[in-house]
Amino acid sequence: MTQEPILTARGLVKRYGRVTALNSCDFDLYPGEILAVIGDNGAGKSTLIKAISGAVIPDEGIIELDRKQVLFKSPIEAREAGIETVYQNLALSPALSIADNMFLGREIRKPGFLGDWLRMLDRPAMEKRARDKLTELGLMTIQNISQAVETLSGGQRQGVAVARAAAFGSKMVIMDEPTAALGVKESRRVLELILDVKKRGLPIVLISHNMPHVFEVADRIHIHRLGRRLCVIDPKQYTMSDAVAFMTGAKLPPEAALAA
Amino acid sequence: MAQVQEFEKALSNSETSVAAFDEHGTSIVKRIQHFLHSTPAAVPLIVLVLSIAVFGVTIGGRFFSSYTLTLILQQIAIVGILGAAQTLVILTAGIDLSIGVIMVISAVIMGNCAVTYGLPTLLAVVIGLAAGGACGLLNGLLVAYMKLPPFIVTLGTWNIVMATNFIYSANETIRDADVDVQAPLLHLFGLNFKIGTAVLTFGVIAMVVLVLILWYVLNHTAWGRHVYAVGDDPEAAKLSGIQTKKVLISVYTLAGLIAAFAAWVSIGRNGSISPSAAVTDYNLQAITATVIGGISLFGGRGSILGTLFGAMIVGVVSMGLNMLGADPQWKVLLTGVLIIGAVAIDQWIRKVSV
Repeated sequence: MTQEPILTARGLVKRYGRVTALNSCDFDLYPGEILAVIGDNGAGKSTLIKAISGAVIPDEGIIELDRKQVLFKSPIEAREAGIETVYQNLALSPALSIADNMFLGREIRKPGFLGDWLRMLDRPAMEKRARDKLTELGLMTIQNISQAVETLSGGQRQGVAVARAAAFGSKMVIMDEPTAALGVKESRRVLELILDVKKRGLPIVLISHNMPHVFEVADRIHIHRLGRRLCVIDPKQYTMSDAVAFMTGAKLPPEAALAA
Repeated sequence: MAQVQEFEKALSNSETSVAAFDEHGTSIVKRIQHFLHSTPAAVPLIVLVLSIAVFGVTIGGRFFSSYTLTLILQQIAIVGILGAAQTLVILTAGIDLSIGVIMVISAVIMGNCAVTYGLPTLLAVVIGLAAGGACGLLNGLLVAYMKLPPFIVTLGTWNIVMATNFIYSANETIRDADVDVQAPLLHLFGLNFKIGTAVLTFGVIAMVVLVLILWYVLNHTAWGRHVYAVGDDPEAAKLSGIQTKKVLISVYTLAGLIAAFAAWVSIGRNGSISPSAAVTDYNLQAITATVIGGISLFGGRGSILGTLFGAMIVGVVSMGLNMLGADPQWKVLLTGVLIIGAVAIDQWIRKVSV
């Protein structure tokens, strides 16, 4: 690729006591791509993603967003920089409405006295934006924007979480196992959603154990092994069994992929 | 777009109405459950209206007079205000066992400052409010930063504050007459006015206004939504970018402050200021009002209006049984039944999504 990466990480190290979760790990994300991150359990995928999304502060190494070095101390700071994360547990508040959830932590207040002095929320504006966003992503089967999230199905909840990330992510969206808890039909819906988000120009980091899903949507696959990036492969040139072999150490990756 | 997986091709013939809601199967019971789920204050309101109706019918006009009904309001003002404070804490899935004694020590501090030390009454009130807020802040810091369970923290501060109260005051009561002469402002919330036969004290007005303000704050400000989110799922709230620690600290501090405000109201109602009021079970009365009002002890659910109704239910039941000449233990028994009933209904409503 000739483009400049939007986010790069070099030499990330994270130790938990005597366990080294990240061992001078590198990472690159290019504009407009879907980058899948795969690896065995315990390979350090989650730690890598947490370091990028601000949930973990790496011990060593640098992360650059748009060529500027960043050091996130919390997920809030990463969010402010335009990095949105869809967590595996979705991070939604079940008893709150869809609109309240989408704007949780960044509510819109009414203009003028009501908002400045009485701190009143601008519900109509929040509901309108939430509705627009859900419609944009083709999720308007959700009828009532003020219904509690706990009354939604698993796929719809995933949809709300993805819509929230797409609505606020200006640089990139990280998705942690978005299809892990879903049925066949709902998984399909979420994969389409991911491609929709990509079409709108946002790069996506997709963490998944589901090889068919990864090979279907990803532009590049980052294979993580023993705390570092083993190689990056093009899903069109390798098979799923190759990927699994690289990831488990059964087969050495080709030199070309190592350089990528 | 990449091609569809082989096994998913079968999907193209499947039903497309995946996310539509199954409406035709809803029975009347389901619809009631949904209604109660979206309007959490409805249950206590219905129970309140029913209990007023039942006592109104059995006792007659004597009960169903504006004088009796406003007398009930006067009796519940203190517990209603404490219940409002308790509601905030319980909404975050916590519990505050110390608000009763925080109220008493704040009253003692207000009284001592104004009567014994001769400070201006307004300053005495501010010092008392600050003391209550400080006790709440201590609870909040211990819960948010030390990550101790709220039950343990407030069980500890309950004893600490109660003992401090007795040591500081030497268990000396400040007499009604002394307060009246030196600091009449402390009796502000005991003042009443009549509308026909209805007698309202400023304490009752204060309770209703406080609950309405808190209702607004909880439902129409970001802070209020965060209180619900923290109680609902603290981990999700944190990942959504809510500063859960700040929310917890502000909730406990505000609860302490409201307890100190209840102290001012209680001076108005009781006249004298007695440190030995610390042994009264104000905590449990406030928790009872909150629970009967439909605030879920598991956090994140319920409306503060419910707490007001819950306090009124307890007031109506005890007044009604009094007028019927029943043994006071019947009131205790019925309160127990109401608590268990309220929590059972809460559990049922929670199953709405399943």
